[in-house]
Amino acid sequence: MTDLLTLIVAKYNYWLYVILMMIGLYAMIAKNNLIKKLVGMNIFQTAIILFYVSIGYKRDATIPIIQNAHGGNDTHAAVIHAVDYINPLPHVLMLTAIVVSVATFGVAMALAVRVYQRYQTLEEDELRMRLVDIGPEK
Amino acid sequence: MKFLGFIIVCLTGALLLYGTGEFPGWGDPHSPASIHLSNDYIEKAVEQTQVPNLVTAVLADYRGFDTMFETAVVFCAGLACFLLLRDFKEKKERFYRHTPTGVILHVKDSKKVLKTGKEFEHMDKDWVPSDLIIKTICRILIPFIQIYALYVVAHGDFSPGGGFQGGVIFGSSLILLAISYDLKVLVKRVKEKILGIFAAIGVLIYVGIAAICMPMGGNFLDYSKLAPLVPGDPHHIRALGMLGVEIGVGIAVTAVMVIIYINIVSEGRHEEGL
Amino acid sequence: MHWLIDLIVLTFVIFCAIAAISVKDLLGTAILFGAYSFMMCLLWAVMGAVDVAFTEASVGAGVSTVFFVAAVFRTSRRTKD
Repeated sequence: MTDLLTLIVAKYNYWLYVILMMIGLYAMIAKNNLIKKLVGMNIFQTAIILFYVSIGYKRDATIPIIQNAHGGNDTHAAVIHAVDYINPLPHVLMLTAIVVSVATFGVAMALAVRVYQRYQTLEEDELRMRLVDIGPEK
Repeated sequence: MKFLGFIIVCLTGALLLYGTGEFPGWGDPHSPASIHLSNDYIEKAVEQTQVPNLVTAVLADYRGFDTMFETAVVFCAGLACFLLLRDFKEKKERFYRHTPTGVILHVKDSKKVLKTGKEFEHMDKDWVPSDLIIKTICRILIPFIQIYALYVVAHGDFSPGGGFQGGVIFGSSLILLAISYDLKVLVKRVKEKILGIFAAIGVLIYVGIAAICMPMGGNFLDYSKLAPLVPGDPHHIRALGMLGVEIGVGIAVTAVMVIIYINIVSEGRHEEGL
Repeated sequence: MHWLIDLIVLTFVIFCAIAAISVKDLLGTAILFGAYSFMMCLLWAVMGAVDVAFTEASVGAGVSTVFFVAAVFRTSRRTKD
């Protein structure tokens, strides 16, 4: 029983990330509306970012900003232990990923607006019907 | 299709859940991700760069190449939005409002252009007067948001923040101006050409600071070689170099966010919208 | 105690995600997606990733929602699923 509990506490985070990822993937595959698909893509992205950030987490550690870096007389006396600070490397990688994700989101929205201008719909099945009906325009 | 999608998703999820069995426990200080390179960053960063915020130190110095090309990606996104949506054709129908009386004129001939100024103003088809309370509150709020954005950029070395966050906050203050007043107010104050130039200048600042290091005898992005150019304590030169590239990132991100917003909300016509 | 906060916020995040992809009004999706981003930001703050949380609060919950609303304003609000 205690074994099961420790297993759950150690792993439940990862299970929930996988569920989040499944929600995003399902929206990307099965939803009909292009904007819904985009929301699914963003959910998938955040699930992966969440996974990476949680890799860097350490128990009983503080945020990755060094204390007393400038002030105080005993600056050099204080030795920095890596175990006291959360791993900053995944944070850096994911910070850039978030900003790129908003840039791609903006481009995707621009494409959606463009599709709507030409075909007056964002539903995938209607789009496919219109593509068959008129053929490629011009 | 839905059923098939559900099966695929379940299969992927089952595989991933099976994979979690091999993972280290949550918050384990000795997990493989935290024992190799990152310990080096944590222990040496302050000594080498004088920047207490480790995320900024790794972002702008140790992994400077990554951030540089990422700024280029953001710039390309702004460019892509501009090229996809921008429409220079004049609209055929126009609406004008006579300001003293509130009469609305509907002009169908595209060649007839009324002189807008004191008497007539150009307006949207679905125009609603902006609310006085919202306008006043936003007018008071916007300068504070902008000062906060500058603080976030400048203080990124010591506290959470940096070029990306500060740039996005500054850009959203400009977007707030467009939402609370009118898109035309923003487009009149911040010209499209200026936005484009600023987006390019931001990337250029980053690349320029990185490239100046080369004639000074260092590698690309080696800020420590800039010490003869900057007066002051040479120990802090890496922190100053990081501040410089963060400012570049901030400028580029600000301009790109506003470009994307303006182009999406007005379908590239820049004359009517939220 | 710490993992309890984490679990509660994660549950909220999953509810927000399911609601965002199943609601039939795209403006509703936009707002739910903003709520999702804020929950995510809270989760990262709990994990100690303050920079990532700050970025997500300004980028994901702020600007991304604005782009979303702008795109919905220029396209249609209704959706079939």
